[in-house]
Amino acid sequence: MSGSAFDLRSFLHGLPGVDKVGVEARAAALGTRSVKTTAKAAAIDLAIRMVDLTTLEGADTPGKVRALSAKALRPDPADPTCPPVAAVCVYPAMVPVAAEVLAGSGVHLASVATAFPSGQAPLDVKLADTRDAVAGGADEIDMVISRGAFLSGRYDHVYDEIVAVKEACGQAHLKVILETGELGTYDNVRRASWLAMLAGADFIKTSTGKVPVAATLPVTLVMLEAVRDFRARTGRQVGVKPAGGIRTTKDAIKYLVLINETVGDDWLHPDWFRFGASSLLNDLLMQRTKLTTGHYAGPDYFTLD
Amino acid sequence: MPESSSDRPRKGGSDKSAGKAVAVRKAALAKTVTATPVPAAAVATRATSGRLTVRKTYKLYIGGAFPRSESGRTYLVDGDNVALASRKDARDAVIAARKAQPKWAGATAYNRGQVLYRVAEMLEARRAEFVALGVPAAEVDAAVDRWVWYAGWSDKIAQVHGGANPVAGPFFNISAPEPTGVVGVVAPASFLGLVSVIAPAIVTGNTVVVLTATPQAAVTLAEVLATSDVPGGVVNILTGNAAETAPWLASHDDVNALDLTGVTDPALAADLERSAAGSLKRVVRPPADGTDFTADPGLGPMTALLEIKTVWHPKGF
Repeated sequence: MSGSAFDLRSFLHGLPGVDKVGVEARAAALGTRSVKTTAKAAAIDLAIRMVDLTTLEGADTPGKVRALSAKALRPDPADPTCPPVAAVCVYPAMVPVAAEVLAGSGVHLASVATAFPSGQAPLDVKLADTRDAVAGGADEIDMVISRGAFLSGRYDHVYDEIVAVKEACGQAHLKVILETGELGTYDNVRRASWLAMLAGADFIKTSTGKVPVAATLPVTLVMLEAVRDFRARTGRQVGVKPAGGIRTTKDAIKYLVLINETVGDDWLHPDWFRFGASSLLNDLLMQRTKLTTGHYAGPDYFTLD
Repeated sequence: MPESSSDRPRKGGSDKSAGKAVAVRKAALAKTVTATPVPAAAVATRATSGRLTVRKTYKLYIGGAFPRSESGRTYLVDGDNVALASRKDARDAVIAARKAQPKWAGATAYNRGQVLYRVAEMLEARRAEFVALGVPAAEVDAAVDRWVWYAGWSDKIAQVHGGANPVAGPFFNISAPEPTGVVGVVAPASFLGLVSVIAPAIVTGNTVVVLTATPQAAVTLAEVLATSDVPGGVVNILTGNAAETAPWLASHDDVNALDLTGVTDPALAADLERSAAGSLKRVVRPPADGTDFTADPGLGPMTALLEIKTVWHPKGF
């Protein structure tokens, strides 16, 4: 594929359409699985290891980011068997602060970049944003695509942007945020997934968490099918990250079931699947405590951020 | 007018479906009468009243809604179908109670009092319903009076139970009572007893999860609460076997106090108290010879579920 406007357009529009009713029914059916006892304990630990502990607020302070990074290393200070999370996700300005705490720990440091969350900025600004984050110590970059360009059919523009950002990332992993809540249809989600993967994304991510509709099971199912088909075609494996709106252990386990049934074991690993979340971690910890102590845990016993 | 135009098709729609339902029911009735032997009494009531009565399932009251038990279980009480609460219902009720607590405690005492007076109004209006459920008329009256009595305390308890303390320094020193938080209550069997454990807990800004073994009156009380401006989640009522659900409340880290007034088995009470200690809950134990609910309750039931906050404020010279 050349990446020319004509090639991209004919390829993306040649993808089969998504059966909306079918994908929603399948996601709903997989959401009814009951996961209990030892399987639940394993699922909770895996989900904790998959969390990208996120804080993306205008009100973020160095102190808050430091506290969050400490929590990422030891989510449950009362229980040394509790695994650390996958990564901490912050704004570029906060990257050096988090890097100080996380250095050498094995917990990754992700930074959003490219004029997050709207993506409405000139390319050179986006690239500078990315380079700053990488220079500050981020080893994962979460970029947003230009939905405006995508929705108006300028696929080559989006493609070139992703390629340029990927180059600016250097060694850092690139996650491409599709912002599925703004794409409108499942067909568009499938096209955007393929577009991002073709341009070199290491991960495709559902949402910024800044628009009302964030990650949903059906959208994640469509994206999982895309990464599966992409690997079958090219041999390259791409990760998936649903983000926003996943708050309970029950939700997280539904996603794990979805992975297992759609793409299989290969993706059931923090290197290939992540949860972008902030409040999810506390619920996972409460459920974990419930399993180990035998009684229900309360939010008073866990940190707020 | 947009209102009437949106109303009309809805009305038409419901009329139509109601008509259809009646027709189906009539057809079914005709079929049973002609085809199969039906007890004579059943045929007679259908024939004379002309309709089937709607039988009621007594459901739980959680977060202002009336869900069935998460477990799907029911049991029979005096011929009525009643939801049998499980530990997950208790968990859901605690979540609802916790969510409602800050706003309920943050409402002005005057406002809480007004809401509770409104409950008394609705109780009075449904007096006959409680009597029909077998609660003695005198007890219903006593329960309404008790409710009004507690409603009156909402904006007075802080004056009586709190105060300005004399201290040897340039400070104002003020003690103010604050609600304990989420209270798990094992309710006694009588209706007056039920009211006498719920009202003192919520009047000061606590929210409650109530386990009751006398479901009909308790769920009818829940219907009163649901229609009288009490925010959803302030009172949650679980019907069923307290011996099964109470231990989950006693050990729950997010429950701040436990009222064991309705526990009659001393061994169970001791067990509950022991597991409540794990999260430092306040525990209210009834006197060994039982509580006389007709007597003046005093302030004890309210103050047992309050914490004292003391503030030192510098005095200017």
